[in-house]
Amino acid sequence: MSTEITHGDVHEEHHDHGPDKGLMRWVTTTNHKDIGTLYLWLAFIMLLVGGAMAMVIRLELFQPGLQWVEPQFFNQMTTLHGLIMVFGAIMPAFVGLANWLVPIMIGAPDMALPRMNNWSFWILPFAFTMLASTLFMEGGGPAFGWTFYAPLSTTFAPDSTDFFIFAVHLMGISSVMGAINVIATILNMRAPGMTLMKMPLFVWTWLITAYLLIAVMPVLAGVVTMMLTDRHFGTSFFDAAGGGDPVLFQHVFWFFGHPEVYIMILPAFGIISAIVPTFARKPLFGYSSMVYASASIALLSFMVWAHHMYTVGMPVAGELYFMYATILISVPTGVKVFNWVATMWRGSMTFETPMLWALGFIIMFTIGGFSGLMLGVAPVDTQYHDTYFVVAHFHYVLVTGALFSIIAAFYYWVPKWTGHMYDERLGKIHFWWSTISVNLLFFPQHFVGLAGMPRRIPDYSLQFAEFNAISSIGGFAFGLAQVFFLYIVIKTIRGGVKATDKVWEGATGLEFEQLPSPPPYHSFTVAPQVK
Amino acid sequence: MSREQANTVPRSQLAKIILVPILMFGFGFALIPLYDVFCDITGQNGKTGRIEASAIDESGVDTSRTIEVRFLAQTNTGLPWSFEPVVKTMQVHPGQVYEAHYRVRSSSKDKTHGQAVPSVSPGLAAQHFNKTECFCFTRQELNAFETRDMPLRFIVGKDIAEEIKEITLSYTFFSLDQG
Repeated sequence: MSTEITHGDVHEEHHDHGPDKGLMRWVTTTNHKDIGTLYLWLAFIMLLVGGAMAMVIRLELFQPGLQWVEPQFFNQMTTLHGLIMVFGAIMPAFVGLANWLVPIMIGAPDMALPRMNNWSFWILPFAFTMLASTLFMEGGGPAFGWTFYAPLSTTFAPDSTDFFIFAVHLMGISSVMGAINVIATILNMRAPGMTLMKMPLFVWTWLITAYLLIAVMPVLAGVVTMMLTDRHFGTSFFDAAGGGDPVLFQHVFWFFGHPEVYIMILPAFGIISAIVPTFARKPLFGYSSMVYASASIALLSFMVWAHHMYTVGMPVAGELYFMYATILISVPTGVKVFNWVATMWRGSMTFETPMLWALGFIIMFTIGGFSGLMLGVAPVDTQYHDTYFVVAHFHYVLVTGALFSIIAAFYYWVPKWTGHMYDERLGKIHFWWSTISVNLLFFPQHFVGLAGMPRRIPDYSLQFAEFNAISSIGGFAFGLAQVFFLYIVIKTIRGGVKATDKVWEGATGLEFEQLPSPPPYHSFTVAPQVK
Repeated sequence: MSREQANTVPRSQLAKIILVPILMFGFGFALIPLYDVFCDITGQNGKTGRIEASAIDESGVDTSRTIEVRFLAQTNTGLPWSFEPVVKTMQVHPGQVYEAHYRVRSSSKDKTHGQAVPSVSPGLAAQHFNKTECFCFTRQELNAFETRDMPLRFIVGKDIAEEIKEITLSYTFFSLDQG
């Protein structure tokens, strides 16, 4: 096709101009670095907001009985904590990293669709303001859990649910636009010589993630649209009284929901695959197997959704199929973990802060993976279903998995972004503080879950008291550690030891080899040659 | 290469990428009929079947097997009816037609309408549980404070799996008067 859209910069004649002055720079920017920064700050703010909600949850669960909040408010906290952390913290953080890193990793001057990039970010603050505002409405915010199962979210939901529905629509539009941008950038704007199989793994995993996003976010938009019409326009998608089926909600939701969990972990695999070789001073073991493993994880993620629904009353054949397909995913995931370990094997390793977070990721994500295997086994899942064991599992993969990888990425690339080294001593304190407290927080939840403590309940039986108290103490400490992280971030942006262009002795890739630290506002205006 | 040249996306490729989310939005809605078709074919979801009385071959009753059929009844919110099976359990032989009764009583001073929706557990028994006559085939209209005995004629197929020893048949009455 010969027709092409050209996004020429209007200031083409001033090749080395910097950013505009003042606040409007951030509103009108189409620069991938600015937008990446905006995404990362939004994610951090949402992490602290969602974290504050988690503190309320842990405060209430510190002791058995009802002490601090009403059960209805507790339910709003668990619901919004989940929604904000998934859609407000983890996903925007990865999109921010993609904006910052994909162009400088593939030698492109910017993202392919810069104006759309601006839109996809600026929708989000409105979406989250709308979502958070439900807390102040009559009847309270959504209180049906982040999975918003019908009919709890349709027939029995508060009026504010409509704001929740439109907030989800906006997040979906933002994610889809962001993903389209990533795909268009990676497919069209690689530097000459940068073939697909030479791309850094972070770029690969993001390409696959972007395809997952454009495939499943619209299904989420569809399911909330059905909720909306069920609530107001007389349809009965999920209402048995009108011929619909509440179980259908779970099928459609998890058809989105399971690929979603890989959306939140695949970019993490890319980050770890960049950090481990740098500090092991060896090239990544099994690059192409990593690419194929990521692609197979993405494909399998579409075929396993009902393992979230083992207790709805599926026939044995269905349970067996979903069990085997689920267990199959551990094969490509195992390939990845073994490749990281093989990369470190006989490497000359050093343990700077990013490497510590990456190693923490590998060990603790694997723990989360193992509890996932246990949950994937249909006959035993009946016991674990909707207990704290599930809570422990997905916090191991999302906090010590996804979040740890994001923090690792921050420490690894922030010297490149700002030109300042972070404070190594503070970074290490942050790591050990977080790692000890996060295990104190989530490990006991395995035990109370196996003993039968249900999730999403503000009270519990007395025998769970000690483990919950330990868990709450770990929670407060982990929360405080992230406030400490905020201090480290601000300190690093404001100053610090000047970073070298290469930053790390073992660093590879265009961003470390061909750009200064910090990179100019417009980098790779002339595409580099990749051999 | 100048920035302007590098910064280009082929329009056809962009159209393809944008088409994916649009199609997937439609696919989300297509899952609803697909789900019904899937449940129909595999006999899941406890949807029972209906056959004509003339189509039944009563010659081959399998008296060697006895299956317990249990009857349950519920009314959904908004319908002021009390609804219960006259007999709570029956012992049946596969291949033979049986008749059971449900009793419904309205406690409303107005005329009310309801529709019963059946469900069978275990789900795999649903395919083999057929009815020749059922109050759930039509909507029911009750006058003020009326009581009615409603018949149900059913047959359990001879080809039902050997390991199924008990079948639970549940009816829920939904109100047709509001919304």
